[in-house]
Amino acid sequence: MTFWYRFATLVLMGTAADPIQAFTQQEYKYGFVTDIETDSAPAGLNEDIIRLISAKKEEPQFMLDWRLRAYRHWTKMEEPNWANVHYPLIDYQSIVYYSAPKAAAGNGPKSLAEVDPELLRTYEKLGIPLKEQELFAGVAVDAVFDSVSVATTFREKLAQLGIIFCSFSEAVRHHPELVEKYLGSVVPHTDNFFAALNAAVFSDGSFCYVPKGVRCPMELSTYFRINAKDTGQFERTLIVAEEGAYVSYLEGCTAPIRDTNQLHAAVVELVALDNARIKYSTVQNWYPGDKEGKGGIYNFVTKRGKCLGVNSKISWTQLETGSAITWKYPSCILMGDNSVGEFYSVAVANNYQQADTGTKMIHIGKNTRSTIVSKGISAGHGQNSYRGMVKILPGAEGARNYSQCDSMLLGNQCGAHTFPYLEVKNQTAQVEHEASVSRIGEDQIFYCRQRGVSTEDAVSMIVNGFCKEVFKELPMEFAVEAQRLLSVSLEGSVG
Amino acid sequence: MLDIRNLQARVEEKEILKGIDLAIRAGEVHAIMGPNGSGKSTLANVLAGRESYQVTGGEVRFGGRDLLEMPPEDRAREGLFLAFQYPVEIPGVSNMYFLKAALNARRKYNGMEELDAMDFLQLVKEKAALLGLNDALLQRPVNEGFSGGEKKRNEIFQMAVLEPRLCILDETDSGLDIDALKAVANGIDMMRSAERGMLLVTHYQRLLNYVVPDFVHVMYNGRIVRSGGKELALELEQHGYAWLEQETAAARS
Repeated sequence: MTFWYRFATLVLMGTAADPIQAFTQQEYKYGFVTDIETDSAPAGLNEDIIRLISAKKEEPQFMLDWRLRAYRHWTKMEEPNWANVHYPLIDYQSIVYYSAPKAAAGNGPKSLAEVDPELLRTYEKLGIPLKEQELFAGVAVDAVFDSVSVATTFREKLAQLGIIFCSFSEAVRHHPELVEKYLGSVVPHTDNFFAALNAAVFSDGSFCYVPKGVRCPMELSTYFRINAKDTGQFERTLIVAEEGAYVSYLEGCTAPIRDTNQLHAAVVELVALDNARIKYSTVQNWYPGDKEGKGGIYNFVTKRGKCLGVNSKISWTQLETGSAITWKYPSCILMGDNSVGEFYSVAVANNYQQADTGTKMIHIGKNTRSTIVSKGISAGHGQNSYRGMVKILPGAEGARNYSQCDSMLLGNQCGAHTFPYLEVKNQTAQVEHEASVSRIGEDQIFYCRQRGVSTEDAVSMIVNGFCKEVFKELPMEFAVEAQRLLSVSLEGSVG
Repeated sequence: MLDIRNLQARVEEKEILKGIDLAIRAGEVHAIMGPNGSGKSTLANVLAGRESYQVTGGEVRFGGRDLLEMPPEDRAREGLFLAFQYPVEIPGVSNMYFLKAALNARRKYNGMEELDAMDFLQLVKEKAALLGLNDALLQRPVNEGFSGGEKKRNEIFQMAVLEPRLCILDETDSGLDIDALKAVANGIDMMRSAERGMLLVTHYQRLLNYVVPDFVHVMYNGRIVRSGGKELALELEQHGYAWLEQETAAARS
C-alpha cells in the first residue's frame, strides 16, 4: 500500500561521536521530475495572464471579475515581513502562473484513456491509485498535477449521496452558484498579500460540498505536485458542509528537487453550517531544501474554517515536515453558538528549514470552545516558531480555550520560539496555556542502546511518543504514514 | 564468558581504570566493592559501551568475541545488560512498547522470530507476576514519575524480560529502603542460573546478604586490589575501606 516519506532527522546534542548526527542524511525520495510537454504561459503577471488563465479554464464571467478585482487589489498591497522567517525577495514577474500537461490543458480528460501515460506513471511512483479498482481503503482521490486536475475517482459513488467532490475548476463550471455563494466568504481577497495573489491566479484545487444530513462515507483526499520550473502553485480549496453534514478530508503533498525556490501560496476555505463537522488533515512533505538550505518550497498558505452554524465543529490536524519555509496558520472563526475549533500540529524544522506556524482561534458566538496542541521539533539549524492567537470578542460569553505548545530541540544549533497572543474581551472567558521545551538527551539514547535498540529506533520512538497526542487525531491510515514519515525524516531509513 | 585483561580507561583526560583483570564464568556471581572514586561505576559503563568513556588499553572478550569493538546495542543484543545506577525517564514511550522493541531487536539479531504483541504481553505478564510487580507499570512511560525504588525494580523487571547472559548491576541497592531492597534482591536472585553471569557493583555489603556472591573483588584507585570469597565483603564491612589504603601503601613499599 502507500507512500513512504523521508524526513530529516533529529540531531542529538552535539558530542564528538554524535550518534544521532548520522541520521540527518537522507535523500529526498520524491526527487524525480516528469518530462511531459507542458502548456505554459510566459513568466510574469498582468491582467492579460489572468484573462488567459480564466479563458483556458472556460470560466464564467463572475469568476474572471473576481480574479481581476483581487489582482487589482494585490497590486496595491505590500508583501508582509513580520514573520520570523528570512528569505530572498521573490520576483513575482519571473514566475510562470499557468502550466498544464498538454493533454489536459483547458479541460480535463473524460477518462483515464485520455491521460498522458507519463502522467499516470508519475502517479504510480507517488503511489496514487487512479484506477478505481485499485483504490484502497475506499479513499477517493482527486489528483492534481501542477495546475490541472487530471482525474477524479469515486465521483459516481459520492454523487449518489449528493456529495460533490471534484476539482475546483470543474466546480466553477458545473456548480457556479455554490462557488459564488461561498468563495471568499472565509478568506476574502483583501485578507492578506498571498490570499490576494491566490485569488487572482489560482489554478485549481479541490471542491467539496456535502448536503444536509449527509455523512461522507470515505476519507476524501488530494495530492499536489509542483513540477515545471518556476511554477508557483496557487491551489484553491473550498469545502462546504451543510446542516448536520460530516466530511473528513486528507491533504498530502510531494514535490521534486529543484534548484530555485518554488512558491506555494494556497488558500483553503472551510464552511460548516449548523451541527456540521469538517475534519481537515494534512501530511505535508514538500521539498525542504538540501542540507545547505538551497532550493526547497516556500509554503505560504492561508487556511481558515468558519464555524458558521450552531454546534458546528472544524478540526485541523497536520504534520508538516517539508518546505524550506513554512508560513501558515490554519484557523477557526467560531461564529455559531457552541461551536468548536481544534488545531493539532506537529511541525519539523531541520537543516536550514524555517517555520513560522500556528493557529488563530476567534471566539465570536456563545459557549464556544477551542483546543490547540502544537508540537514543534527543531533539529540541525532549523528554526521553528509557533505563533498562536486566541481572540475572544466581547459577545463571546462562556468561551473556553486550551492551548498547549511543546518544543523539542535536537542539537544545539536549532531554535524554537513561541509567540502566543491572547486578546480577551469577555470576562466569562476561560483561557489556559501550557508550554514546555525538551530535548532528547544522550542519556536517554544510551539507555535505549543498552537495551539493544539502535539510535535510529530510539530517536524515532521518543519523537513518536512526543507527537502521540497529535497523531492520534489523524485518520488511521494517515497516522501510520505520519509515524513512518517522522521516523524517516529523523533518521535516514524507514523503521 | 567475560574476560577482562589489563583494561584501562579514562573520562575527560582523567585516568580512572588503571589495569583491571577479571574473569567471570557462566553461573558465577561476582561482587565489586570499593570506596567512592575507585572506578566501579566506570568499569560498568565501559563494559556497556558508554561513549564518554575512552578505553586506553587492554582488552575484553565476551563469549569469545571482542567486546570493545561492538557498539552498545550489539553488546546488549549479545546478551550484556546493565542495570543503571540512575535510570533515565523516557516520556511518551510506554514500558511495554520500549521492552518489546528491545526484546525483538535482540531476537532479530540472534536469528529468532520477533514476538507479536499477544505473545509479548503474555511473557511480560508472567515475568511481572514472578517479580510481584503490578501490571499497571507496563502502560506507564518508561520511569516517568517513578520513585527511586520503582526505577530500580523496573531495571530488574527489564532484566527478567530480556534474559541476558551477563547482568551488570551498577549500585542497584543505592537509595533503597529495606522493603525495596528485599524486592530487588529477590528479583536478582531469581535470575541466577548456570548459564548466566552476574557482576554486582555495590558500595555496601547489605545487598550481598540477600544475593550471596561467589567472588568478591575490591577496587581501589582504578585497580582490583583484593579478591576473595563472600567473607571478604564482611571483612570490609567490619574494617572499612581505610584499611585498604594502608594495605596498598604497605604493599608498594
